[in-house]
Amino acid sequence: MSTRLAKQGRLIDRSKQITFKFNGTTMRGFEGDTLASALMANDQMMMGRSFKYHRPRGVVASGAEEPNALVGLGEGARFEPNQRATTTELFEGLTSISQNHWPNLEFDVGAVNTALARFLPAGFYYKMFIHPQPFWKHVYEPIIRHSAGLGKAPDKETKDADTYEHFYAFADVLVVGGGVAGLQAAKAAAQSGAKVLLVEQTSHWGGRAPVDGGTIDGLAPDAWVEQTLTELKATDNVTIRTRTMGSGVYDHGYALAYERLTDHTPGAPGPRHRLWRIRAKQIVTATGAIERPLSFAGNDVPGVMLASAMRDYVVNWGVTPGQRVIVATNNDDAYRTAISLKKAGVDVLRVIDARTSGGGALADEARSLGIRVDPGKAIAKVKGGKRVKKVAICNQDGIGGAREEVACDAIAMSGGWSPVVHLWSHCGGKLIWDDALAHFRPDPARPPLGADGNGFVVPAGAANGPVSLGDVLADAQTAGEAAANAAGFTPKTADAPKGVSELELPLEPVWLMPANADMPLRMKAWLDFQNDVKVSDVQLAAREGYESVEHTKRYTTLGMATDQGKLSNINGLATLANALGEDIPQVGTTTFRPPYTPISMGSIGGEARGEVFQPIRKTPVHEWNDANGADWEPVGHWRRPYAYVRPGEGVHDAVNREVKNARENLGLLDASTLGKIIVKGPDAGKFLDMMYTNMMSNLKPGKCRYGLMCSENGFLIDDGVVARMDDDTWLCHTTTGGAERIHGHMEEWMQTEWWDWNVYVANVTEQYAQIAVVGPNARKVLEKLGGMDVSDAAIPFMGWADGKIGDFDCRMFRISFSGELSCEIAVPASQGLAFWEALIEAGKEFGVMPYGTEALHILRAEKGFIMIGDETDGTIIPQDLGLNWAISKKKEDFLGKRAQQRSHMTDRNRWKLVGLETVDGSVLPDGAYAAGEGVNANGQRNVIGRVTSTYYSANLDRGIAMGLVLHGPDRMGEVIEFPGTDGKIYKAKIVDPVFYDKEGKKQNV
Amino acid sequence: MLTLHCPYCGVNADETELDAGGEAHIKRHGPGSDDNQFHDYLFTRENPKGVHLERWRHAAGCGKWFHAARCTATLEVFGTYPAQVYEPPQDIKDAISAKRPGWSWREFE
Repeated sequence: MSTRLAKQGRLIDRSKQITFKFNGTTMRGFEGDTLASALMANDQMMMGRSFKYHRPRGVVASGAEEPNALVGLGEGARFEPNQRATTTELFEGLTSISQNHWPNLEFDVGAVNTALARFLPAGFYYKMFIHPQPFWKHVYEPIIRHSAGLGKAPDKETKDADTYEHFYAFADVLVVGGGVAGLQAAKAAAQSGAKVLLVEQTSHWGGRAPVDGGTIDGLAPDAWVEQTLTELKATDNVTIRTRTMGSGVYDHGYALAYERLTDHTPGAPGPRHRLWRIRAKQIVTATGAIERPLSFAGNDVPGVMLASAMRDYVVNWGVTPGQRVIVATNNDDAYRTAISLKKAGVDVLRVIDARTSGGGALADEARSLGIRVDPGKAIAKVKGGKRVKKVAICNQDGIGGAREEVACDAIAMSGGWSPVVHLWSHCGGKLIWDDALAHFRPDPARPPLGADGNGFVVPAGAANGPVSLGDVLADAQTAGEAAANAAGFTPKTADAPKGVSELELPLEPVWLMPANADMPLRMKAWLDFQNDVKVSDVQLAAREGYESVEHTKRYTTLGMATDQGKLSNINGLATLANALGEDIPQVGTTTFRPPYTPISMGSIGGEARGEVFQPIRKTPVHEWNDANGADWEPVGHWRRPYAYVRPGEGVHDAVNREVKNARENLGLLDASTLGKIIVKGPDAGKFLDMMYTNMMSNLKPGKCRYGLMCSENGFLIDDGVVARMDDDTWLCHTTTGGAERIHGHMEEWMQTEWWDWNVYVANVTEQYAQIAVVGPNARKVLEKLGGMDVSDAAIPFMGWADGKIGDFDCRMFRISFSGELSCEIAVPASQGLAFWEALIEAGKEFGVMPYGTEALHILRAEKGFIMIGDETDGTIIPQDLGLNWAISKKKEDFLGKRAQQRSHMTDRNRWKLVGLETVDGSVLPDGAYAAGEGVNANGQRNVIGRVTSTYYSANLDRGIAMGLVLHGPDRMGEVIEFPGTDGKIYKAKIVDPVFYDKEGKKQNV
Repeated sequence: MLTLHCPYCGVNADETELDAGGEAHIKRHGPGSDDNQFHDYLFTRENPKGVHLERWRHAAGCGKWFHAARCTATLEVFGTYPAQVYEPPQDIKDAISAKRPGWSWREFE
């Protein structure tokens, strides 16, 4: 059984007991425990089930690399799946549940998959579920959906109760990792005067050194860590943070760090997570190394653990995973585990060392403590389901025969160490294979490059390959100095502290145990615990032709999901290389991508949620609109009233009322969102002649002209009324959504093509409120308010004038998007609401009603006016819409002119704009296609047109629509068919797009 | 995430402040050009692994367009310069030559 030891536990405080829950059972731990160590102390070795076979799984590691011990943490609005028990600090009242099982952890129906394992080999998704096809939808998919996925998504109805924030930081040198290497590198860099930021992912400093032992400058590692920390804290140019994981390294020295502020004290004030967005001149990666598992049959049974993790649990938290332990290794380091356990009073039955030569000084020490060492041996198989019961031992050099069985309850395994090269690799740092240590480490000749073409990441300590304490510290000193130097500081050269540890003999690479294990053993030898990938799966992938490691990863799922192959990567590569008969460096690694360990979605969002996710733009009349029944519609970042709904009225009733009233009495439209761009300068006219398809330079001051804008591709991008202010000033109106885009479009051409022209543009959209006064009574209300002469003689249709209406300074444009008598009146934004209220008050006797965007749309559709985004979609040219009259034939050049001469643009088979009138007066479905004769190459019905705008017109009491139809203008009167998605066929007659007041008399009075 | 020096306002701008504008030094072909010229002007772009000349706009800054000479493979920036030029200035060409002897890009080298 796993249990708490009487002594030991450098990180726990035995005087502070903590109560927590696992799967509903109340358990006890100590302050300083992780959830994993506390569960082990309560003899809860089994912490979950595996992804595919639902095999019982226990904790394997002691840190961020843990693949198995994933739990659902918290409840309700604070529930979060897939949290690693090994990195979850214990707190009072913690609740956790295990994952991937049904109905419960002890008894799981899905475990039957284990018996079916031979039918679920690598790539089984692709092989098993293809035929028969109807099975996919009704059998395979529901089963896969039920059993797939790690953990359970939080309830969709709950909202995250916590807050998050971003934090922007700048550093000369960022040091990632607070082990002895990181501390020493930070110290070395800081001594140059460089601004240093040091981050450590756990809550404590020193990394592995205090567990692994040795001395630094004659001190125990713990004491040296304490001393160095004190120094760093006293240094002004150093910032240090624990619980902050260096998550990713990006272009030009950008880095993300993920600080977990209150995960260990939920509900405490302040943000839960903080995402540090760091710009660093140099980044030191002192990220340490991760131990590799050994591949032997049953290496996933709860109780089998990394050797380093096992001694972490003993030394740091005073818990042992078992009472009778066997250590399996191919290196000297694992002997430290045997020694630690023995000294803590745990029975270490023997060390199985795959090397025939056995170990060095550490092995001698183990023997002297009475531990039996078996060189040249291997684990053939682990027996036991939910716990290790027995182990069968054989020769490493063989197929696994002649076994000796030994009863035990825990196994420590070590296959050597892999440097954590993730951060080095994120931004393009390359790796080299180190034959002696059998691992990939950073290639100093090929670092990730910064803006200046020089490397900006410096690996330090075990992350760079060195193993012994002395080498690690010397490397860290060099790295710290190099980083400071590269950041432009002069490092003070100093000797590295002297680290002393036992001399270790070389490891011997062991990729399979025993070396020639037979098929039944290989089918139980796990490479990737989280994704249930075995040695046999990778070998099968190789046999089936998956030679690229990236393909093998996708085919087998090796190295996917939350741990991203931290334990499995190198073993998997080696297995693939052996199967392909290639060397490991030739096979290479998969791509390392950020984040290093999963980070919360909340931290990525930061403060940007709710109302501040995307702030809403509001017109000066917004609050009035809101108080007067506005049914809001998003238009760009604005909100515009779709309609003003009166109490007891439906939205569509309101729309119909507004549409009729604007034609019969008086309507007001808040048109403030329309883009307003000033174009000014001696060359402004010439510039606008390039921007618009029609001529703007010959527009007279005091006059307005409707204009079209095309891209250089010839496609229509925006439209609006242009007014000439004076000799060298024009005011260009754009669509609501187009203001910023068109302003940018003008700036681009002005700055990058015609930069020698004397012209400036300014976007003044928000400086003015603009109100359209529309309808037969429009002039009456303005005359009642008094001020400027608003007669047709003073301001004729398509004219404008500055003046006063009532007390308001205004600019009045006689323009109409409704076909009615209409004035659009601009006042300074600060006067917008007062002016609107004055119009509402004065308009009462004339039947005033505000109208919204839907009425605006219907009024313009009744008149056959196009709308950018309805009649256009980025593939439409003005000629498609019958707007040839607005395309200048006199101008030599304008944007889009040359493109509109291309063969496809002049094709007479381009669909053209027409009006559509349903035979029965109903409303055509929006976007419906008209069906033609015959079928296309894919056997689909040919289409001959589509609906672009369609409405019920209250004024005409029938459905009206516009659409693009093949040879449309030549087919007036013809009836075509639009099959609806509702199964009905809608018949519509092709008509002129102007449905109302064809002569245009009403706007010109 | 790149940082580029804005030659107008002098800021070392983060990529989040910038809009990418594609290839630089494209010669406009308007009315009078033949179909091939116009097609190339609209659609044919370089896609080098190595030296590239690009347009960027300091959109969330001073609003100005500028050009960057950059290595697409290593992300090294050789220099940035105003957009109001028909070819990269000599000091930019020299900076590229110092790092990438024998480089060429379209008609420039």
